[in-house]
Amino acid sequence: MTVSPTSAITDAALQAAPMTKARGYWLTVGRRLLRDKVSMACAAVLFLIFLSALVAPWLGLADPYQGSMIRRLKHIGTVGYPLGTDELGRDMLARLVYGGRLSLLIGILPVILAFGIGTLLGLIAGYVGGKINTAIMRTVDVFYAFPSVLLAIAISGALGAGIVNSIVSLTIVFVPQITRVAESVTTGVRNMDFVEAARASGAGPFTIMRVHMLGNVLGPIFVYATGLISVSMILAAGLSFLGLGTKPPEPEWGLMLNTLRTAIYVNPWVAALPGAMIFAVSICFNLLSDGLRSAMDIRN
Amino acid sequence: MTALSQPIDMLEPIEDRGGAAQPLLQVTGLTKHFPVRGGLFAARKTVRAVDNVSFSILKGETVGIVGESGCGKSTTARLLMHLMSRDAGDIIYDGMQVGRALSLRELRRGMQMVFQDSYASLNPRLTIEESIAFGPKVHGMRDAAARALARELLGKVGLRPENFANRYPHEISGGQRQRVNIARALALSPRLVILDEAVSALDKSVEAQVLNLLSDLKREFGLTYLFISHDLNVVRYISDRVLVMYLGEVVELGPVDSVWDAPAHPYTKALLAAMPSSDPDRRTETPPITGDPPNPIDPPPGCRFHTRCPFAEPLCAKAAPKLTSLATPGHQAACYMAIPESGHSRAPAKPETD
Repeated sequence: MTVSPTSAITDAALQAAPMTKARGYWLTVGRRLLRDKVSMACAAVLFLIFLSALVAPWLGLADPYQGSMIRRLKHIGTVGYPLGTDELGRDMLARLVYGGRLSLLIGILPVILAFGIGTLLGLIAGYVGGKINTAIMRTVDVFYAFPSVLLAIAISGALGAGIVNSIVSLTIVFVPQITRVAESVTTGVRNMDFVEAARASGAGPFTIMRVHMLGNVLGPIFVYATGLISVSMILAAGLSFLGLGTKPPEPEWGLMLNTLRTAIYVNPWVAALPGAMIFAVSICFNLLSDGLRSAMDIRN
Repeated sequence: MTALSQPIDMLEPIEDRGGAAQPLLQVTGLTKHFPVRGGLFAARKTVRAVDNVSFSILKGETVGIVGESGCGKSTTARLLMHLMSRDAGDIIYDGMQVGRALSLRELRRGMQMVFQDSYASLNPRLTIEESIAFGPKVHGMRDAAARALARELLGKVGLRPENFANRYPHEISGGQRQRVNIARALALSPRLVILDEAVSALDKSVEAQVLNLLSDLKREFGLTYLFISHDLNVVRYISDRVLVMYLGEVVELGPVDSVWDAPAHPYTKALLAAMPSSDPDRRTETPPITGDPPNPIDPPPGCRFHTRCPFAEPLCAKAAPKLTSLATPGHQAACYMAIPESGHSRAPAKPETD
């Protein structure tokens, strides 16, 4: 190909190097995330905790419900009880692993539910705008009047103790927050020129929503929701601690923290274990969500 | 360059119904007022963004719209594109009333727009090829055909498809992005392209390249342009006729040479005088007009320019002058100094009879 200096077209065409193979956006994000060591370490920890919770019955652990008065509050490292025993003499290792099943469920499920509902509400409010936006967003504001802990306790208290009720109450706590984020992201994207251009090319609202809005809106909401998982875990543990979530003798980290509280002077290390699990899972979700956020910011 | 010999498989353009004499676009009395919410008990006010604007665009010509920021240029573009509802006025495309003889969907194909912000007007999640192919797909073209068309058009706007088709908007330069936006507009086979400050954000050398590209494309595809800009040099270079807007109104319109050589409205004169000269002996020492344009929420009565006009007389504040034809055919201005026997001391004495 010859370069003629007068041809503007040739100049512009030469400015770009030959293109490597096209890669989808999420594939690029995935690769960037794989290169982030902190995120990968957190993902590994979470994976282990999830896996152990999932296959708990086949791990050959002791019965998490079987207590014994003579083996109460053994220290960490006791032969036969690697993580000691709780105030009723039940094996702590087994209870922590089994506890993950309920704790993770009531930590994550409300966020998933709220992600679905909140994204839908926020998308509608942000895309349609006008009176519908006012109606949805002012309703959401009502929930903002209460601190989230208080709201969760109030709803759980009204519905009564139980796993399903605490999941419902946590979902109600998170829906307004996700709706708010979804609405602001949607409003921002909706006013971009490329959405105008799509309207100018004659596309209907659903096509625009599917092709132009969703891809740009879901990412930030997803990152925000991942960050909420740790909050949800802690709130769920708090509800159990107050007796509004799971009921004894179910193994659940928040509840275990509550019942072991009385043993804190006798055996502080064992009493702290459920808290350490909650801490580990929360911080891993938080760091992972941070990693995801920076991986998705592809421009730098 | 790409070896293109076979014709591109494009969407069928809206057929030419009116013939060459029928203007491609006729706009009459176009008006858009935005309500402004004051306090709870404040009276409702309106911004008169576009007020009773009328003009027509002939087939194959380039009409420029100039004016300072906030004069309603972009609002006019969005009203023409039906991206915003108008309060009053008629828009007739090739003799067909939009909404009656011509559906809005058909109009979208017949009229396309290139926006100023080349980055914001491309979806960051779509490749360039996908962005260009989106429009044709909306109008029923198959995915493969639309992608092929997108690649052909990339070649037409001077971007080698093998280098650019699979890139994302953030991976290419501003000038290249604006070429993509032009290709995206052309993908629907429009006959009229509205260029809303399409080259204003580019640096001068790239701007010149894109302007040349626009001229080439106009010839190749038989396009008509409505070119909106605040850059008078660019407007003079590309336009056949020009419209000067001030505070939502057309104050002067006419063939570009006639307006440049003999501006009739003092605002046009001031605009032209404000153009920087490259000759150091002819540098502008005093500002041609002073002050900011008045608030469009509360436009002054009478001629909207009288608050800044050096020739304003009591008459100007009473009633707004109408667009009046001048000696040169097609040249009109809305100023009492151009209207014979209007009562203004500088008005021509007798109506010219020719």
